[in-house]
Amino acid sequence: MTISIRSVEKKFGRYPALNKIGLEIADGELLALLGPSGSGKTTLLRVIAGLEFPDAGQVLFHDQDVTFASAAARRVGFVFQQYALFKHMTVAKNIAFGLDVRKGKDKPSRAEITRRVDELLRLVELEGLGGRYPSQLSGGQRQRVALSRALAVQPSVLLLDEPFGALDATVRKSLRRELRRVHDATGVTTIFVTHDQEEALDLADRVAILNQGVIEQVGTPAQVHDQPISPFVCGFVGEANRFEGGVLNGRFTAGSVVLPAARVADGKAVAFVRPHDLVLDADGFAVQVNRVHVQGALATVDGVTLTGQRIEVTVSRDQADQFTGAVKLSARRAHVFPG
Amino acid sequence: MTAEAAAIRTGPAARRPLFRRRSAIPGFTLTLGVTLTVLSLIVLIPLSAVALKAAELSPEQFVAAAFSERALAAYRLTFGAAFVAAAINGVFGVLTAWALVRYDFPGKTLVNALVDLPFALPTAVAGIALATLYSPNGWIGAYLTPLGIKAAYNPIGVTIALIFIGLPFVVRTIEPVLRDLSNDVEEAAASLGAGRLSTIARIVLPALGPSWLTGFALAFARGVGEYGSVIFIAGNMPYKSEIAPLLIIIQLEQFEYANAAAIALVMLGVSFLMLLVINAVQAWARRFS
Amino acid sequence: MAAPRLSTEDPAWAKALIITLVLVFLGLVLVLPLAAVFAEALRKGLQPALDAIANPDAIAAVKLTLLTAAITVPFNVVFGLCAAWAVAKHEFPGKSLLITLIDLPFSVSPVVAGLIYVLVFGLQGWFGDHLVDNGVRIIFAVPGIVLATIFVTFPFIARELIPLMQEQGTSEEEAAVSMGASGLYTFWRVTTPNVRWGLLYGVLLCNARAMGEFGAVSVVSGHIRGLTNTMPLHVEILYNEYDFVGAFAVAALLCLLAIVTLVLKTALEVAQPGAGRRGH
Repeated sequence: MTISIRSVEKKFGRYPALNKIGLEIADGELLALLGPSGSGKTTLLRVIAGLEFPDAGQVLFHDQDVTFASAAARRVGFVFQQYALFKHMTVAKNIAFGLDVRKGKDKPSRAEITRRVDELLRLVELEGLGGRYPSQLSGGQRQRVALSRALAVQPSVLLLDEPFGALDATVRKSLRRELRRVHDATGVTTIFVTHDQEEALDLADRVAILNQGVIEQVGTPAQVHDQPISPFVCGFVGEANRFEGGVLNGRFTAGSVVLPAARVADGKAVAFVRPHDLVLDADGFAVQVNRVHVQGALATVDGVTLTGQRIEVTVSRDQADQFTGAVKLSARRAHVFPG
Repeated sequence: MTAEAAAIRTGPAARRPLFRRRSAIPGFTLTLGVTLTVLSLIVLIPLSAVALKAAELSPEQFVAAAFSERALAAYRLTFGAAFVAAAINGVFGVLTAWALVRYDFPGKTLVNALVDLPFALPTAVAGIALATLYSPNGWIGAYLTPLGIKAAYNPIGVTIALIFIGLPFVVRTIEPVLRDLSNDVEEAAASLGAGRLSTIARIVLPALGPSWLTGFALAFARGVGEYGSVIFIAGNMPYKSEIAPLLIIIQLEQFEYANAAAIALVMLGVSFLMLLVINAVQAWARRFS
Repeated sequence: MAAPRLSTEDPAWAKALIITLVLVFLGLVLVLPLAAVFAEALRKGLQPALDAIANPDAIAAVKLTLLTAAITVPFNVVFGLCAAWAVAKHEFPGKSLLITLIDLPFSVSPVVAGLIYVLVFGLQGWFGDHLVDNGVRIIFAVPGIVLATIFVTFPFIARELIPLMQEQGTSEEEAAVSMGASGLYTFWRVTTPNVRWGLLYGVLLCNARAMGEFGAVSVVSGHIRGLTNTMPLHVEILYNEYDFVGAFAVAALLCLLAIVTLVLKTALEVAQPGAGRRGH
């Protein structure tokens, strides 16, 4: 299922939640909507689902206009942030709900429903738990039930709102793998919302970064990390040292810090340097090392420039010894934006 | 893929609807329609009849009906007794809520259930029971008479009835707030050197302030309108122990509908005022939570 | 040596004093009236009390009271569910005004509640002539009693359900609807199971008030024995005729209703600690 979103606008009162959003999603793609809270990412997901209707613009499913079609007519599978499981129904009843509500010849036979439920329970590795109630499950198990309930209707698109938000770190990581596996097994077009950049980069084929109701950039995880097109994306995705200064003749200067800035017009500018893009260089700018802390195979160096700018460098652990006292650094790569 | 696309029902739903769809959850128009219709037919339109009926009077007639000496005496009694009763409930309501939330004692469940008795007991039953108890030869009245206290068929009787009616409002408004008031603020106060009494006076009671006011206002508002439990114990002497709602009934029995409406309008005015006060207090209280 | 006292604990003497004060106060205000009703009813023994209840007028009053409640409670259940669905599951301007208006009957004196229906449907009222022409009686008849009772109990169920449904949020309904469930199916299978205890709680309080309402019903009833007398009105008539045993015997019946209500309410609160925690 390809999905096209064309100049979608949505206001809540006078607050613009979505501002002329345009986005194309390919068939079978796993897309992340990434942004801080209030960026409009959940609203966009709900507009795609048919749980919210836009003030202007169009939503197309496979070239058909579904802008004002109901969620049921769109055949979406939606996984809610707090799962929205029906507390008074067993896990099996929850999963079967979308099949049970069908009428007439669309409704599968009892045996067929049971077979589907068992198949889905197996898919999310919850065999044998069909008779439990949601309150008897752990957070991670509830999430799996919500996922299989959404898949039961064989949706044309699977939508997930902060699917791992309510889980602790270890469960989160394993469920991420799980979602990727389920997506690859079913091939269903999948869109999920998250505020966690690591999650988005780790899981998605492509990432759409939203800020204040606008899509800042869409691209593969590598693209948005390595070639950010705006200061916001650069600051939001990955770690970065931020400097405010100016560009003159292809060189960015902020205090004692000098960075390459080819193809950037002269004038005020803001620069971002990834901590792992800083290297020792005798011709570089001076940095006083304050502290080195080791994190597994990597080490993080906290330093300060001559003009008092704090700076963070990530190096492999075997290089950490070289960072003592005064060192000189240069940047392999910097992202400089006029402003 | 084509089959899948065909499965998506487009049809009229896909076109822009005449009225903008507000919500994915159906039934809004129907349920709001039913709500507004019933509300208008049962509550709003009949209530407006009071104002329209009272408007049949000239201003002089209105004043004569709504602010006659007898009516003024009735308002004084009604509002005065409701105020005193709400104040007494304000004291004992806090103590009751405190005991129910903070202490364990035998029969606590029973006491807890009993607090709601005024909600469950028909007011007329409460009225005749209280009148019997507090009349000069009643169980309690018999002990009061030798002391020279007359507790029934006078304003004291009215107040007693309104204490009965208003008690649960104060207790049930304060109780949840007291329950949510976590121990740690009291522990913090104690750890900073405050004694138990000053912790209660400076930490607990101020936190209860808004809910206490709300409970007081609810009890007062209910007391002002109360009829059933009061008339049996009030004595109903004009100028002395006649409450405002009774005055409306007396006007009705004399077929003076416009006069009845005039007095009702005054009472409704006070009710709206109380409603505003209660809403304002609750809005104020929300600032703290 | 006494056990050390926690910093959040009151001294034993204060505890004892407060509990004693509370018990004495509640005893005087609540327990004694309840006891007095039964004592007065049985003053001349059980038989006269039973006779008073078996009196045809008393039985007619019981029937009318039951009929009134049987109409009022379902009416308010339907209204309450409609109002709660509209208010709690949807966003629209003027919502808080609507909630205030639904609560309005709580702040109106029962006597005024009765008066308004006399003004609308009474002989001199808006529709008086029209009703007389068609031979329909509302005031001094059963329809008036039911209307007045609906008015005074109007907010009970709605205000119990609205905050409860608001707290539940809308995602379960959205989930059901997105899987193709109809609105009605969603309402019965997804929403009502989540609010059934709150609904029951509201029904309980609504029923108690409907059966016990006095002021509003007294204005519209006309006090016609055997025809338009509810139980509380019957109590009043007997009391004013100095038939104390009769009055208190019927009153005792109403006390039993109150006690049953309180027992069920307490059971509900024990079974479902969430229900009714917002008070009334």
